[in-house]
Amino acid sequence: MKRFIVLFFLAACFPLAPNAAAAPQSYFYPFVNPYEATVMELPRNFEVRLPEKVPSREFTLKVFPAREIPPAFWYEDGLVCTLAYQNHRAPLVFIIAGTGASHNTPRMVKLRSALYQGGFHVISLTSPTHMDFVVNASSGLPGDPLDDARDLYRVMEMAYDAVRDTIDVSGFDLAGYSLGAFNAAFVARLDEEEKRFNFSKVLLINPPVSLYESVAALDQLLVENVPQGMEQFDAWFRSVFAEFSHVSREVGPGSLSGDFIYSAYKRFPPNEENLAALIGLSFRMSAANMIFTADVMNGGGYIVPRNARLTATSSLTRYATVSLHTRFTDYFDEWFFPNRRHREPSLTRQALLARMSLRSQEAYLRNADKVGLIHNEDDIILAPGDIDYLQGVFGGRARLFPTGGHMGNMFHPDVVSFMIDFLAGKER
Amino acid sequence: MGTVLARIKLLLVILAALLPAAGCSSLPQAVPAGALPLRTYEDVVKEGMSPMFEVDDSLEGFNRGVYRFNYYFDEFLFRPVVRTYETIMPDYAEERVSSAIDNIGEVGNLANNLLQLKFKAAGITVSRFVINSTVGVAGLWDPAGAWGLRRQPEDFGQTLGRYGVGNGSYLVLPVLGPSNVRDTTGLAVDSAAFTLAGPAAWVDNAAITAAYTGTSAVDRRHRIPFRYRQTGSPFEYELLRMLYTMKREDDVAN
Repeated sequence: MKRFIVLFFLAACFPLAPNAAAAPQSYFYPFVNPYEATVMELPRNFEVRLPEKVPSREFTLKVFPAREIPPAFWYEDGLVCTLAYQNHRAPLVFIIAGTGASHNTPRMVKLRSALYQGGFHVISLTSPTHMDFVVNASSGLPGDPLDDARDLYRVMEMAYDAVRDTIDVSGFDLAGYSLGAFNAAFVARLDEEEKRFNFSKVLLINPPVSLYESVAALDQLLVENVPQGMEQFDAWFRSVFAEFSHVSREVGPGSLSGDFIYSAYKRFPPNEENLAALIGLSFRMSAANMIFTADVMNGGGYIVPRNARLTATSSLTRYATVSLHTRFTDYFDEWFFPNRRHREPSLTRQALLARMSLRSQEAYLRNADKVGLIHNEDDIILAPGDIDYLQGVFGGRARLFPTGGHMGNMFHPDVVSFMIDFLAGKER
Repeated sequence: MGTVLARIKLLLVILAALLPAAGCSSLPQAVPAGALPLRTYEDVVKEGMSPMFEVDDSLEGFNRGVYRFNYYFDEFLFRPVVRTYETIMPDYAEERVSSAIDNIGEVGNLANNLLQLKFKAAGITVSRFVINSTVGVAGLWDPAGAWGLRRQPEDFGQTLGRYGVGNGSYLVLPVLGPSNVRDTTGLAVDSAAFTLAGPAAWVDNAAITAAYTGTSAVDRRHRIPFRYRQTGSPFEYELLRMLYTMKREDDVAN
């Protein structure tokens, strides 16, 4: 979803194009504005070279075989994962997708190729916030990192069981990006107790420190950058669409590839507010998808009437509108926190917020030599002070890049080298 | 002319005629009375707002049924055929096929540019057709495009829109996907014209016309990057409906 929306409208919305300043030393990244860095797809010649084709296959897990899927989700038929396999003995890396992303979004496909090229078997997992996971594999409401970690761990065990006879595995690693990295920290900790995989290495790529603060910040990007405020959201969206159509006509037909967007970027001076608002919108849409799906799967009451019978032909339009106009913070305060407190009556809002932060895992992360970090100093999901905090916790296991925004530089050759070296235990 | 194309045309005409009747079936009642959720539509949508997801869709129950049919059709028949085509054909050959089909389509573009009195665009279209049919070897290549003569695509749905005909209800067509009543009418007229007076009539060979129809269907799907479920959204139907409608409004305006 995220990519779908962002790529679709990107061409219309570039900020005032600054010339890429010379970056220090060998690391060079063409987008120094963090919003640009976050959404711009790198032109091919800035990216690491990846194999065109990787031996891989999809497989489907029935995580809760007795679960009845509501007819509104008629297209859901189990949780799909992807395995990329070596034809020799190799370590297996599980990779967890970011917010609202599935096992086969383009970013996951590239990450899989990069790790395959680095010599690993790879199992790609859909984010616990993606509707496929919520419908097929969540045990309750998504968003509680402890529950999400248990749900992911269950899926990982089943996924390995499903493929273990076809691959020769020498050990296990774990990686994730963005929210998937945050999930990975909690899964790594859980694995210390459960010991099913005994991960050798765990790599966190651009995680948030506080989940709540990060999503609130992303939502603010939308709220603060729609001209005349959210009351005018729909009018703004229509105008962005019209602008997009204009640019794609001017630039000429082209798929929404990095090269196409880059050429649009060079030709049309863009607008920073629109770009920030679109990042916020793509996040808001991911949240809307998750909130609606979780509500239906848990019997309704928040956006959908309790016990509503939604069939394959029911109109969801009004729910779509309500979901899109719901902030993650509304969901947290109005539905998620009361729901958690119902389960744990002594839970306070503060305690739940603390649980939704990497700080709750600090004692573990500080001493876990197996856990490494890649991050960018200008990542837009971080709050002031977060980078220093992460540097302090991870020390020499952190590799921080000066630019790159939120995962914009994920396939920069330097970033990929660090990933592979760290997971292979060859970090310097 | 018992061609596949003619049958598609017939299907479209029948659909256009039958759909208003099918639309009478009401949508399943989604909201049980007296069980309001915490956040309601009325809380969110204030007066004067026109939510972007809302499009005239008086046939929604029917449309969602067809949407589901299309999902399965695409998943289990259409895409496998297209994948086979993509496997067999080198990319270069696929591009030649697309180019040749676009060239044949210039006839429809010309007619609709003329109907909309867009004489400059009509002139470009004629030039493109002549250049690409000759220098471009029956349209297999697009030298005209390389010389700056861009395609001027227009269809009868746009022509109707140009003369003030409204969208009518959104309509999901079997196999063909998103449309609306106006564009479906336009499609039927374009198809009829192609069959009765256009290239299909000039050739007047059922086998060739059928081969063309099949190839152009595969080529069209090959060129549409859309994959069902790739949005990862439970609101994919709403998203497609909104984007289709905005796109067509833009096409008509330009």
